[in-house]
Amino acid sequence: MNINNHIHHGDGIHIYLADGIVPQLLLALPFVLALVMYILAAVVSSSRYKQWPLYRYAFWIFGILCAAATVVGPLANRAHIDFTAHMIGHLLLGMLAPLLLVLAAPMTLALRILNVNSARCLSRILKSCPVRILSDPIVASLLNVGGLWVLYTTDLYVMMQQNIILHVLVHIHVFFASYLFTVSMIYIDPTPHRTNFVYRAIVLVIALAGHGILSKYIYVHPPSNVPIAQAETGALLMYYGGDAIDLVLIFILCFQWFRATRPRASLSMSQSVNS
Amino acid sequence: MTTEKDHSNNAFRFAYSSRNLWSGFLFGLGLVAFFDETVFHQLLHWHHFYDKSTTDMGLISDGLFHAFSWFATIGGLFMFADLRRRNALWLTRWWGGVLLGAGAFQLYDGTIQHKLMRIHQIRYVKNVLIYDLTWNIIAIAMIVAGAILIVRTRHRQQQEEAISHEH
Repeated sequence: MNINNHIHHGDGIHIYLADGIVPQLLLALPFVLALVMYILAAVVSSSRYKQWPLYRYAFWIFGILCAAATVVGPLANRAHIDFTAHMIGHLLLGMLAPLLLVLAAPMTLALRILNVNSARCLSRILKSCPVRILSDPIVASLLNVGGLWVLYTTDLYVMMQQNIILHVLVHIHVFFASYLFTVSMIYIDPTPHRTNFVYRAIVLVIALAGHGILSKYIYVHPPSNVPIAQAETGALLMYYGGDAIDLVLIFILCFQWFRATRPRASLSMSQSVNS
Repeated sequence: MTTEKDHSNNAFRFAYSSRNLWSGFLFGLGLVAFFDETVFHQLLHWHHFYDKSTTDMGLISDGLFHAFSWFATIGGLFMFADLRRRNALWLTRWWGGVLLGAGAFQLYDGTIQHKLMRIHQIRYVKNVLIYDLTWNIIAIAMIVAGAILIVRTRHRQQQEEAISHEH
């Protein structure tokens, strides 16, 4: 009981510190910047080339809002004391936001509006060996799902609630690992290092299984100081919420296979069948 | 008495015969897993999300099968769309695959996952044996029905290919 009191006390101080107007503004700044830069870039691109599609603006705006909601505002504050709120945050920051942002095709937009030299530089980085390793489905899945296993099965979760720097670092990792995972599976932006469909499908299934197994593990072995009732709702949310977002990811992956394998020349088809 | 159109349609079907089977198999597996989740977990609340007696292997097996069946439902349907687009859909063979996939998953779930790995019981009542028997007999019936359809379509393909070689 004493320990619990102590921890709640610590959380109280922490919320008080992050609740001030200045820290909130500081935390919101990267999101505002990302929003403004994307919209400006899209407007510039539309004036030079073809109109930048409206749905991409929508994906970006919703993606940024989802990510921002987990760092600033009421949900973010509640996440310190309520594991269910934390899990809603995880679904938004670690699953929905990356998917929406990938669908907004930010790299395509960047390559369009940068001048030739910078664009070449960016595309050299995309083609480089480290990016190839990082964007391999297996590496990206390990960083993404493996990171979550470390977070929820060690003391990292408790430490994160008491240390603001660790807290920010974990959130940054969750977001970027998940973004990397999404770009390793579906190809919206220019992707120099492509892997074949079956490979991606197998790794995706294993990664999803890792996520589902972790949810059930949390259901019975919650991180220390998380009450069992909150752990159960949080775990159910992670399991079924994860399924809902994975459904979209699987659908896009299969749709890209469907488009890639479309029958091309009718001549070669009829030859192969008649021979 | 096959017309020209039927003949070409059969040729497409035969060329994609295994894709018909796989599409059905994946969709059947996914369908029965989806049915299990909706009816027994969510609507009837017979199955538990987590049973205290679950083994570690059960947790892993359940996680893998859950993820795989989710993928298989969607993948199987995209393969179905692909077969239609190629005019290569062979419904009898596809249904054979559906029954085989559904039965195979249900039998695995009903024997290894429920009984051996104890992920959860069908229903938490005294006479669970009746539920287990019903569950697994339905599974075996689906496997047998699927196998019959698959063997029969295979025979038909072999016969017609033999005839077309003679001509």
